[in-house]
Amino acid sequence: MAATWAEVRPTAPPVGRTRRTLLRGLPIAPSVVLLVVFLAGPIAYCIYAAFTNMSLTGQVGTQFVGFDNFTRAFTDPAFLNSVWLTVVFTLVSAIIGQNVVGMVLALLMRSGYAVARALTSAFVIGAWVLPEVVAAYLWQAVLGPDGSWNSVTGFFHLPPQNWLFTTPIIAVSIANIWRGTAFSMLVYSAALSEVPRDLEEAALVDGAGRFRLLTSITIPLVRRTIATNLMLITLQTLSVFGLIYTMTKGGPSEKSMTLPLFAYNQAFVSADLGYGTAIALLLLVIGGIFSVIYLRILSKSEPIR
Amino acid sequence: MTAAVTAQAGTAAPPLTRIRRRGRPRLSGRLLASLILLVMAAAFVIPLLWVILAAVNGDPNQGIKIMWPHPFTLDNFKAVMTPETTYIPLLNGAILCIGGTLITMVCATLAAYPLSRYRSRLKRPFLVTILFSTGLPITAIMVPVYGLFVQLAIDDSIPATMVFMATTALPISIWLTKNFMDGVPIELEEAAWTDGASPMRGLFRIVMPLMGPGLSVVAIYTFIGLWGNFFVPFILLLTPEKQPMSVTIYTFFGQYGQVVYGQLAAYSLLYSLPSVLLYLVLSRRLGGAFAFGGGVKG
Repeated sequence: MAATWAEVRPTAPPVGRTRRTLLRGLPIAPSVVLLVVFLAGPIAYCIYAAFTNMSLTGQVGTQFVGFDNFTRAFTDPAFLNSVWLTVVFTLVSAIIGQNVVGMVLALLMRSGYAVARALTSAFVIGAWVLPEVVAAYLWQAVLGPDGSWNSVTGFFHLPPQNWLFTTPIIAVSIANIWRGTAFSMLVYSAALSEVPRDLEEAALVDGAGRFRLLTSITIPLVRRTIATNLMLITLQTLSVFGLIYTMTKGGPSEKSMTLPLFAYNQAFVSADLGYGTAIALLLLVIGGIFSVIYLRILSKSEPIR
Repeated sequence: MTAAVTAQAGTAAPPLTRIRRRGRPRLSGRLLASLILLVMAAAFVIPLLWVILAAVNGDPNQGIKIMWPHPFTLDNFKAVMTPETTYIPLLNGAILCIGGTLITMVCATLAAYPLSRYRSRLKRPFLVTILFSTGLPITAIMVPVYGLFVQLAIDDSIPATMVFMATTALPISIWLTKNFMDGVPIELEEAAWTDGASPMRGLFRIVMPLMGPGLSVVAIYTFIGLWGNFFVPFILLLTPEKQPMSVTIYTFFGQYGQVVYGQLAAYSLLYSLPSVLLYLVLSRRLGGAFAFGGGVKG
């Protein structure tokens, strides 16, 4: 921070360089302090605690245990189960669900009537604006044994059941699709509005069908947006906690226990803070990797200045 | 060569009609798109419909099916609007989220100014770090944050939770504010500087009034995010009298066995109201388009 804060355009005479640059950087100080204390601090603490056998009940006898927590994790069937569920949850609800439904909505919005457009976006965005705990309760009601979902599946001759019990990971995925699709829809709508119409018309003149137009012209033109959006929704989905916790608490019998819930349970329910933070650190690293990929795609299209 | 040209010329007439027919979406295409949109809208509206109908349904045995309210009543709202379930959590939530938003906005505006106005070789690494941290799953650091709060003996404290929540919103707010500030031309400030105003005076008197709409967008966005946050107050605030509505809805309806669905629905509506209203203000301001995360465009 003490480095040179030169002006975009030099207007003031150069007096007391170091003092001036310090003075100019000063307004950033409050943010830096907060970010260091409450964000970098906990991350550092997370790295430290992950290598100890710290427990929630007391700090007495906390020992450095090296990679024990990690080797334990990779031989722990409950952890591997949780990794698998996180992959399923992210794949079904973000990569497939929110992404595809959002794209389909954005594409249909381009040709639908204004009334249909307004109505659909109002409902989809409405689902997005509601707080996550509310979304969780709504879907708990809808997917429950007497819920409306059974009326829908009953139409296809599926036996009525408590979907939260039989397929909990699918139930929470559906809720997450419902809640998160608006984001992808808005992002894709903005991107599609910048696709030049005459390019698409030219393709149609050349005899391309509607599907061919989509796969060869429209989608390739917005592919960068798709990549960025996929990164963002993956990151959002990786950290979903309240929705799943309120709907199923990770159960029944850990069938919807994704990594955030698993870390929480290990640290707070089993009081095994060291193991819990080790899981949290793994989650943080996965998030960090996705975040770096996101940055790379972003800075290619738009240099960070 | 000439054959190809004439062949093309020969087929030139029919495609023209195709251009007219296909260039704009045809009527049947528009109708089909609208119908599919309406079907999808119906799928999205089912849970919303349930919460609205259940909230005004006076039937004490009502389950979780969508049904027409019979008898129509506002008793569900009356039942939950008590100090311990609604008013105190509402006040706690307001203190947490308004305070948190204020802290975020003050810090983000101050930080955005040098980032937008001066050049430095530290600027790019700082901005990259900020953007990177917008992607980090905050969920993952809650376990160590709780440990930190216990060690500092600031767990179960509203001010400490408020500052932490402000920090979680800070990276994205700095990024958005800086982008809005880049849109304010520097010439106006240069005039003020030559007249002897300090940069901070320029920020408060010239830049901030000019970017009022941008700042309000960031503030509303931050508030909605904090208002919906369940995990942070759930971990950091233990006393029921200190918890905001996001946690109360869970502790009140999630833990005590038989749920009165009408009351749960009424409470959900009360809790969601600030988010919905503020979103309406936000969408007015933005006219539909929103640069999420400062640039999702490709």
